[in-house]
Amino acid sequence: MDFNDTPEEAAFRAEVRGWLDANATRIDPNETGSYEMFSENDGDDVVKQAQAWQAKKADAGWACITWPKEYGGRGGTIMENIIFSQEERNYHTPQNIFGIGLGMAGPTVMAHGTPEQKAKYLPSLLRGERIWCQLFSEPAAGSDLAGLTTRAERDGDDWIINGQKVWTSGAHYSKTGIIVTRSDFNAPKHKGLTYFIVDMEAEGVDVRPIKQMTGGANFNEVFFTNVRIPDADRLDEVGNGWAVSITTLMNERMSIGSGFALGPDRIFEEFNRLAQNTYVDGIPAVENHAVRAKIAELYSRMKAMELTSNRVLSSISQGKAPGTESAVIKLAMGALNQEIAAFGMELQGNLGTEHGPQSVFNNGLFQEVYLGIPAMRIAGGSDEVQRNVIAERELGIPQETRVDKGIPFKDIPSAASR
Amino acid sequence: MEFGYSEEQKMLDESIRRFVNSEVPLDRIRELVLEGTGYDEKIWSGLAELGVLGVLIPEEFGGAGMGFLDATIIQESLGYVVAPAPFLGTSIMAPTAILAAGSDDQKNKWLPEISSGNLKVGLGLTEVTGARENAGVSFSGGKANGKAMFVIDGECADGYILAAGKDTLVWVAAGAAGLTKTRLNTVDNTRGVVELVLDGVEAELIGTQGGEAAAVQKTVDAGRTALAADLLGTSQRMLERAVEYAKERKQFNRVIASFQGLKHTCADMAANLEPCRAMVWYAAHCQQEIADEATLLACQVKSHLSEVSTPIANDTTLVHGGMGFTDLMGLHFWFKRIGLSRQLLGSPEAVREEAAVLQGWVAA
Repeated sequence: MDFNDTPEEAAFRAEVRGWLDANATRIDPNETGSYEMFSENDGDDVVKQAQAWQAKKADAGWACITWPKEYGGRGGTIMENIIFSQEERNYHTPQNIFGIGLGMAGPTVMAHGTPEQKAKYLPSLLRGERIWCQLFSEPAAGSDLAGLTTRAERDGDDWIINGQKVWTSGAHYSKTGIIVTRSDFNAPKHKGLTYFIVDMEAEGVDVRPIKQMTGGANFNEVFFTNVRIPDADRLDEVGNGWAVSITTLMNERMSIGSGFALGPDRIFEEFNRLAQNTYVDGIPAVENHAVRAKIAELYSRMKAMELTSNRVLSSISQGKAPGTESAVIKLAMGALNQEIAAFGMELQGNLGTEHGPQSVFNNGLFQEVYLGIPAMRIAGGSDEVQRNVIAERELGIPQETRVDKGIPFKDIPSAASR
Repeated sequence: MEFGYSEEQKMLDESIRRFVNSEVPLDRIRELVLEGTGYDEKIWSGLAELGVLGVLIPEEFGGAGMGFLDATIIQESLGYVVAPAPFLGTSIMAPTAILAAGSDDQKNKWLPEISSGNLKVGLGLTEVTGARENAGVSFSGGKANGKAMFVIDGECADGYILAAGKDTLVWVAAGAAGLTKTRLNTVDNTRGVVELVLDGVEAELIGTQGGEAAAVQKTVDAGRTALAADLLGTSQRMLERAVEYAKERKQFNRVIASFQGLKHTCADMAANLEPCRAMVWYAAHCQQEIADEATLLACQVKSHLSEVSTPIANDTTLVHGGMGFTDLMGLHFWFKRIGLSRQLLGSPEAVREEAAVLQGWVAA
């Protein structure tokens, strides 16, 4: 057990801090928190600021620390990447809208792409010049992702794509996408899929934002009508799309820990601020035993999650593949954040119903979390999917009896009926 | 950063697990619980042979000179098999108190005997963690008077470390004149908890009178962190048993684990328990390495593990259907140990209040 940096890590951290000090403004710990992580403002100006920051990082070699140098990365370690994120979090920086490209699409292209594809796509992805989105879910294929029906048909050197994707984060500002399609309806469910890189500006791609309960519209429906994708943009073999998709989803698991912008100490500070200025039975809430015990409980639950995240990061840094901990963390964080938000609002009484940055307490943080978290419990796999992952992979409990294995996809009742 | 066991700790974990799995069978627990002493000579001498009773005791006093994380590794395994063994009081809390407050003579007198397994110590910290009316110990002129409640590992003890008030520690020998011991019949009985009434009992001051508040706190912190590790082990075994049973038991011609309602109950238990491990590790690390956080983390880990373990006890019993609450299945020993560990040294609510105060929660 050693929580200190090694001498090399300490030197790296100092270098990172030096660069950040010179290029960004450090967050004053006393300033009232804003809730940037839940902000749904992703207009052109936000995208441009994000791209400028990413390019600046790329020029200095910080953009993709673990990527090989030949694609513009630093060839650094996972631990160095973690250190950079830990430090960057302490500075005012633009919203990071490159997570899907850098964390999921890039590693997938690296694992399955041809040399030509890597040379063509990775440098501009890394610099943030082209933002990427992930086109997986469909209206009738959510948790049952492999049941997707977006059709890919070969036509000479091209493929023609028809169908609909949904819940596509950032599609409205993305220039490139990764898409998994069904190229063979006669093959069994998981065998008939093919994976492509798609130009989001191609003719026939129609992006329609989905307005959410927060008021923002970060997710989209994306319709494909006779969209042509050159065969040169196919990733891996025809019919091997499921394996490529798994690579993408595994990399999603590696991006664990990034959801801790509101870690236990920050939450505690926000609650402290709130409980100093709200009252229960005429005395400050901070002096009410039940209030104190509840906040102490929420804090310790959050602390356990943070420590678990650190434990996973430590294990990843030693070269071990993450287990089911990311499912555990995702499952717990959704419900925990909802409790935190609800209790924060409760302490404010009627004022807790105000929404927006002009709210009396905490710039409306708890309200924003309250409205934002329901999406988090679904995105990237619902609570039930996470429970299945934990039960099947960690506890060795058998899968549900499957009626869709080994038979042609077109003969599966639910699929054939569409 | 290295957040995990060292190679030596992995070996310790393996050897202690091997020992408890072979030497603490359910049939023996069944007998020992009826006796209610919280002690078995064979288990205790086995632990002595493994050299773990002096885990926290420096080598110069005959101990193993290991660290607090090592101590929690052992405690977790004892919890895993609900072992009746006075390890918490004797090997964790007593050495912590003696090392923090004792004189060299006292260390030389007691610590080697604890390491070798010849001296078992009960801990009575009544007034520190939930005093009741008419309870509490006073000390003056070499004599102790009063009543010590819920003395941990007291039934089999050869001597007691008692808090007199919140800032004084005394040693009382078992069987001393004027000392009356009453075994408390608890919901658990894998631990021998007693009440002591002291009527002018000869007592030996450990450290200075009125000057050992920090040592008392350190002892409480150590006990709470170790109880959290015990709860982790107990809950882990319950979860395993729930999963084992659910994968065997059939209804509607299917194993019941394949029903999502039950499968997700098991997944939730695992999801709640998994993050506890990192917290126990960190709290243990703080006991030894990060003094500023030691008390706070002890409060947090004790309350958190108690809150996570209680539903695991309930749900695992539920998963077993009618068998869950039979004596035959023996699951109830785990259920009951969780019930006791949750309360000892402060229930979650009480401990959380301490945590809030520690974090400076007062009106500005």
